[in-house]
Amino acid sequence: MSHHVTPFDNTAPWVTGMLSTPQGDIPIVSTQLTHKDITGTWKVRWGIGRMNYKIKPGLYAVGHPEPTSPVLVSANYKLTFDSLRKELAGLDTWLLILDTKGINVWCAAGKGTFGTAELVSRLAKTSLSAVVTHRTLILPQLGASGVSAHEVTKKTGFVVVYGPVRANDIKAFLAAGNEATPEMRTVQFTLRDRLVLTPMELVPAVQKSLPVLGGLFLTNQFARRPLDKHDAAAITGALAAGTVLTPALLPVIPGKAFAWKGWLLGLGWTSGYLSKVKRFKKGNRLLSAGELLLLPAISSFFAMNFTGSSTYTSPSGVKKEMKKALPWIIGSAVAGGAMMLAAHLFGRRDAS
Amino acid sequence: MKHRYLKNVTTLTLSAPQCIGCGRCAEVCPHGVFTIIDRKAQINDKNRCMECGACANNCPVNALSVDAGVGCAHAFIMGWLTGSEPSCDCSGGSQCC
Repeated sequence: MSHHVTPFDNTAPWVTGMLSTPQGDIPIVSTQLTHKDITGTWKVRWGIGRMNYKIKPGLYAVGHPEPTSPVLVSANYKLTFDSLRKELAGLDTWLLILDTKGINVWCAAGKGTFGTAELVSRLAKTSLSAVVTHRTLILPQLGASGVSAHEVTKKTGFVVVYGPVRANDIKAFLAAGNEATPEMRTVQFTLRDRLVLTPMELVPAVQKSLPVLGGLFLTNQFARRPLDKHDAAAITGALAAGTVLTPALLPVIPGKAFAWKGWLLGLGWTSGYLSKVKRFKKGNRLLSAGELLLLPAISSFFAMNFTGSSTYTSPSGVKKEMKKALPWIIGSAVAGGAMMLAAHLFGRRDAS
Repeated sequence: MKHRYLKNVTTLTLSAPQCIGCGRCAEVCPHGVFTIIDRKAQINDKNRCMECGACANNCPVNALSVDAGVGCAHAFIMGWLTGSEPSCDCSGGSQCC
């Protein structure tokens, strides 16, 4: 009698077959990503369906693993799963997928869902101790924020080995006998790493702005000094400075605090642009002065938010920079906004 | 490129007398904060610590401690406004991790 060890979705196109074991049938997963997987990745990077992009947790197989084959542990966020399996071509391993509610390893570890309790529970649910004869689990290093290796051993007898930070080092790690170089154990934050996160900074920022822009569209109908395409460009540029440009240029912008970096870029943009379109001339000064106060504050605020997506900021550091920056951000935003509103509603009609 | 953040803010502490030099902290730290010298862990560079908590979680003798909380600005703001602990149990919907 064969039953499924893992209650996976058997219409999943990434399952290429079933492996029979005495404990039951285990789905074999493909190590090739398809067009659908790539599109899926792109969509979640833009926030589409991101909270529901997951697979069923449980035990899966890569290649044709034996009871002596290594066990790699990961999370049930499909992007994580795809990033992992595409690096395993040609290997024979077991994949123990934990229920992190569709969240990636590092975030889930921080929240505790990629944690000791879930690992212990999943070991029991999949009867892994009957499937493999060894007692070693290879965990992604970034899972260590949520997993206590000695607790796992105490509770299950399995020994935890932390593998490399990046999946693309797994082959080399295994080939070296489960040895990692210092480079494999260090987290980066490359330009590419930073850029892929920017859509999830930009999209919510734009969504938050829509009611305000809607309000301004209404006031534009009767305001003495309607906001025009230059104002729109200035505002858009400030949003982009905070959500995209600051992350992109992060290490080369002076200063350590993200709020400061965002403010610098926002000020540079606003003053440069307004100057170029000659907005410091008579009749526009109140509006432009307001923009000089408000727009860098907006850029600063969104840049400060990027700390939550970074790989090297500490909560203590974030708290410190927020306590310093928020009063200035709020103060200049309120002052700048008030000046802009005054110029907009009551300003000179003939200003251009 | 080494990214540098604010200095002298970390809550990381290491109790050398308790350390047994097992090496778990060096194994799990994502920023190479620790080295093991003469069977004792040492902190190379405190300012690289991001308070992820991996080291304290995996020290079998509790020689390490750190306040490894949520690092998300949104969570802090909500925590300050509601007077509660910041959490990542987001009702921020799709914007949260």
